[in-house]
Amino acid sequence: MSTKIKIDPVTRIEGHLAVEAVIDDGVVKEAKSAGTLFRGFEIILQGRDPRDANRLTQRICGVCPTAHATASALCLDDAFGLRDTVPDNGKLIRCLILGSNFLQSHILHFYHLAALDYVDAVAAVGDLSPFVPRYEGDYRVSNEANAELVNHYLKALDIRRKCHQMLSIFGGKMPHNVGVVPGGVIEKPTEEKITNFLWRLNEIRAFVDNSYIPDVIAVAKAYSDYFEIGKGCQRLLTYGGFDLPPRLSGEDKSGGKLFKAGVVSGELEFVDFAKENITEDVKHSWYADSDSGKNPAKGETKPQPKKKQAYSFIKSPRYKGEVCELGPLARMVNNYVQGDAEVKKLVDSVLVQFGAEINVLYSVLGRHAARALETKLVADAMVGWLQQLKPNEPAIVHPVRNITGGGQATEETISNGVQAKIPEQGEGAGLTEAPRGAVGHWMTIKDRKIQRYQVITPTAWNASPKDDKDQPGALEQAMIGTKVKDKDNPFELVRIVRAFDPCLACSVHLLDVRGNESGIFRIV
Amino acid sequence: MDTKTYPVIWLQGAGCTGCSISVLNAVSPRFQNLLLDELVPGQQLNLLFHATIMAGQGEPVIKVLRHTEKSRKGGYILVVEGAIPTAEGGIYGSIGEENGKHLTIQQSVEELGRNALLTIALGTCAAYGGIPAAKPNPTLCKGVKTIFNEKGIKTLVVNVPGCPPHPDWFTGTISVILFSGVKALDLDELARPRLFYGQLIHENCPRRADFDKGKFAEKLGDAGCLYKLGCKGHYTYADCPLRQWNNGISWCVKAGSPCLGCVEPEFPDGTSPIYEKITYATLRRLEAPLRSTSDDLQ
Repeated sequence: MSTKIKIDPVTRIEGHLAVEAVIDDGVVKEAKSAGTLFRGFEIILQGRDPRDANRLTQRICGVCPTAHATASALCLDDAFGLRDTVPDNGKLIRCLILGSNFLQSHILHFYHLAALDYVDAVAAVGDLSPFVPRYEGDYRVSNEANAELVNHYLKALDIRRKCHQMLSIFGGKMPHNVGVVPGGVIEKPTEEKITNFLWRLNEIRAFVDNSYIPDVIAVAKAYSDYFEIGKGCQRLLTYGGFDLPPRLSGEDKSGGKLFKAGVVSGELEFVDFAKENITEDVKHSWYADSDSGKNPAKGETKPQPKKKQAYSFIKSPRYKGEVCELGPLARMVNNYVQGDAEVKKLVDSVLVQFGAEINVLYSVLGRHAARALETKLVADAMVGWLQQLKPNEPAIVHPVRNITGGGQATEETISNGVQAKIPEQGEGAGLTEAPRGAVGHWMTIKDRKIQRYQVITPTAWNASPKDDKDQPGALEQAMIGTKVKDKDNPFELVRIVRAFDPCLACSVHLLDVRGNESGIFRIV
Repeated sequence: MDTKTYPVIWLQGAGCTGCSISVLNAVSPRFQNLLLDELVPGQQLNLLFHATIMAGQGEPVIKVLRHTEKSRKGGYILVVEGAIPTAEGGIYGSIGEENGKHLTIQQSVEELGRNALLTIALGTCAAYGGIPAAKPNPTLCKGVKTIFNEKGIKTLVVNVPGCPPHPDWFTGTISVILFSGVKALDLDELARPRLFYGQLIHENCPRRADFDKGKFAEKLGDAGCLYKLGCKGHYTYADCPLRQWNNGISWCVKAGSPCLGCVEPEFPDGTSPIYEKITYATLRRLEAPLRSTSDDLQ
């Protein structure tokens, strides 16, 4: 007899998520993840001034707004013909703003969202809200290490706040920065801002080196069986992100990005990424079937909340029809496989402590380790980016050149920076990496207004429902086959879910509960 | 002396979690200080429900809501972040499952709001609808006060708008409650604490002198008043220029960006296009309160 476990709400993630698992003989046979909120951002954006997308789409997510700021700015650069005119200062400061929020988001994720699945806060501070109620049983860290981790939980609140303070030096404020705009970043860097930023960055780097990475390793040692749990689809996708000026990128074929684009399969085989291969299925999503299988440049958002067979308003993005996982794991493995020496050194330094091969990273702990190492990679790289800034020189395009030619900026279109004349019609795409994985924005402009706007977020990939071929999404696949020891305290399921760092506001949507399975129904 | 404890239920509706993240950016006091009798001696909050922070999940945490509603009737603070989707009976947003059914955002806000000491509508979405309620408002999102008025719920609503709100606007509102009591809250006609929303951005703007001299920025990155680039500081009431953001480091106009008017009920439809200048004609069309007395708006 099978049992269905349903967890609704899944907490300590961004947004509204429910998961359910059908368990037979203690093993997950079927799993579903579904977002429980739909806002319709893409519908709201239609008919608006294209420039406003850069401000409004940040409000898709208050945890990772800078990723949407970056993607929408790249999308508008493309549509306005500004892509090749963004000054080096603008590119670098965009990276520093995005990087600051990577640090904030990853630190918040480990300590404040994920850690309470492993760390016994009640043992350290007592029976206090919001640390109870909780799952009971499987807390394994030694008393001493546990007390240290709870201290770091509090310290991390300060450090993540300081990441936002650092960001606001160039971004004006956080959440929802105002610095990143089409054409670059509004304000020029000064020596004072650069050094102020660097001074703050160094405190954050020290925390990453001395607390975050050692804490992840300490948790991994106590829960080493989680290197075997939550393997998932083992196909990793990145769009590439952190677009650096040519002089920092050398001969790099991926066009000067910290994170390389690519698709890596379970056997660590790498192939190039092309955005034309992305499609979105909707067979199991609450959208009109006529939308299914479209590339996002042509995609529509036509809700159909009474559609049969559907169980989520998350669409099912696929790459050449295949399920993919996105996020820090995907980025670190992609760079590793493509021969990035820095990433190889970082990853190998951890693997050697566990006597493990790189394929153990396809796991709950692998996702946490990749995220921590990526935090260090980004934080250290930011020092170099700061040093490349040219003080008191513009960070946004100015009327200095008369560029002509097909699809290129003319003097008129770049003459006012973001106040540039909006093209009568046009198309744009902006692809980058968010803390949770690759993010893309696509827009079509008609009559100087947004005609179509489509966003595909990393959590849409990771938490997607089944596709047109009935292949379960990445998170669903990671849950299937998992042994659940205690059905009343299904730690395994929430640890798998949270290791993906889902962001539901980003992926939107509505829930349907299929209640037709036989057996005992448990809600935990 | 016994510590007086205010239980807090924090619900998230149609929003982005940005308000919670902003509140976590509070510095003096920090959010955790409010929970530990470290702000006003003998007074503290007890955060019983917050989906982003709490350890528990699933049905046990829904039971926490119901237990608080009954055992602390009239004594807990309800914080709502995000708008309330009302289309098709509220099905577009649910906060969890209860007895095998969706507990919709609308149902939970109405039921927990009815029995609360007061409700803080945190952020522009909860206060007035915000971006989810922007045209064409696909899920018929509304602000908390509108819902309460429609349902005859008498609980006091304090609006703390902003997209996101400054963390001090939240911690400061709490400090009034802890120090002087709920009755001491001095609210304006939009139910906002005058303490934070009493003055026009334009009145305190460091670029005001540029405006008076007629020195206007013509493009982003220029020195000068940002009016021609769409600044909404002429009709937006908040203390950003004085308080500044992220522990006083910067704020929108200091970073060269026009004010978006994100605390106002008309945000975002009435304050966009964001980079187009606002005029009296726009304000009249919005039927926005014409509280600016100067001839600033050309």
